Amino acid sequence: MVFERDGQAISVLSDISLDVGDGEFICIVGPSGCGKSTLLNTLAGFISPTSGSVVIDGEAVTGPDPRRILVFQDHGVFPWLTVEGNIGFGLSKLPRAEREKRIAHYVNMVRLQGFERSYPSDLSGGMKQRLQVARALAVNPDILYLDEPFGALDSITRVIMRGELLRIWQTERRTIFFVTHDIDEAVQLADRVVVLSSRPARVQDVLSIDIPHPRNISSPRYLELRDELLKQIGLAYEV
Amino acid sequence: MKLLIRLCSLLFIALLVLVWQLTIGHAPGHLLPGPWAVVLGIVDLLRHGLLLKYVVASLFRVTWGFTLAALLAIPLGLILGWYRRGEMAFNPIAEIFRPISPLAWIPLAILWFGIGDLSAIFLIFVGCFFPLLLTAASAVHNIPAVYINAARNFGLSTPDFFARVLLPAVMPQLIVGMRITLGVAWLVVVAAEMIAVNSGLGFLIVDARNAGNRYDLVVAGMLIIGIIGLLLDLGMRSIERVKSFRWSYSGD
Repeated sequence: MVFERDGQAISVLSDISLDVGDGEFICIVGPSGCGKSTLLNTLAGFISPTSGSVVIDGEAVTGPDPRRILVFQDHGVFPWLTVEGNIGFGLSKLPRAEREKRIAHYVNMVRLQGFERSYPSDLSGGMKQRLQVARALAVNPDILYLDEPFGALDSITRVIMRGELLRIWQTERRTIFFVTHDIDEAVQLADRVVVLSSRPARVQDVLSIDIPHPRNISSPRYLELRDELLKQIGLAYEV
Repeated sequence: MKLLIRLCSLLFIALLVLVWQLTIGHAPGHLLPGPWAVVLGIVDLLRHGLLLKYVVASLFRVTWGFTLAALLAIPLGLILGWYRRGEMAFNPIAEIFRPISPLAWIPLAILWFGIGDLSAIFLIFVGCFFPLLLTAASAVHNIPAVYINAARNFGLSTPDFFARVLLPAVMPQLIVGMRITLGVAWLVVVAAEMIAVNSGLGFLIVDARNAGNRYDLVVAGMLIIGIIGLLLDLGMRSIERVKSFRWSYSGD
């Protein structure tokens, strides 16, 4: 993937090759600025790769599609719509009864009961992210792309949100691509962690997290995997 | 607290009226009618049924001119704002027309539409069209990209996208633009009525002077114009308060 900025070609991603199975939870980690978001945007169809292709179920990706929804880090919900309006945004083609049923289902799933008529300006950061996830899930996508979705939240909320995401994923299984710079987050959530090198990014390694959920973050295997990841990124683990 | 501020406003107005009355006593040759004379003038107009008739006439023209301009300029502005190339092509024309005061169009208006409502409505239309067009286009540029991208996820058709994403996203900025443009419309109608029409508040002022130097009616007319302008503005402000429009890019 080559970007042009002020006439200069910047190679952002080079030689990324990945195979992902249905229902997998993949985390993408890498140093800041290595191109994680660019990769995600390419996978979601928001940008076209300058060379190579993204193929999903045998079909090439040419643009954004409701079968694969991208959830943004910040400001992703529509502030002019209520919680119900946001969740129902992609559901306009459904008959009314079905639509209302789905909205209610996802309001409950992300635990926003009681806030159906509220506007995003009345919600906290964590609630807004939950709303975004609900809106994404409501259209029944095959894939969810999450671009550092908890990055703008405080650390306690982040931990809670990880649990929520896992709970939702285990209830309604989709393929998830989760970009994060937080190593712990990756080890806690992912089936496999893709480590990107610094720019121009290539796949440096793919780690399989073989601990079953719920994961104990003090277990030796967890710490082992986490240290392995830190080593991959090139971070010392003694501060 | 709010009550106190309201009281202060009323106090200022009362003070102004007092100063007005006092200066009348000292000014020679009746350069300005006193407040009481103005009140009597308003009563006079009410009695002849002219006040209501003229207010309705002016409001009618503003409503038509503004609404037509909005219905045309806003969708066009959204389209121009979204399709940058179209905007670049259209921009020179818009920039040439914009600085031409609506009042400069008066001779052409009278030539095309004669003296009467149509002329006034046309002038108001011209005065409102370009500001609204540019407000809509610039508002589209200011939409944070994340809203656009979040919406692109859902594969909307283009008309759907414009109606359900672009329009709501530009609403706060658009309403501010409409408030300002409505003020412009009100200014234009008064001027237009002085020249191109035979009724309305602007006409009242010119006629009052021509038909016998009735400066009490002149000032009465000015006062009523000011009050109605205020009411129009308050009306627009109350639209701003609708919850769906009350968000802004900065406040989170």
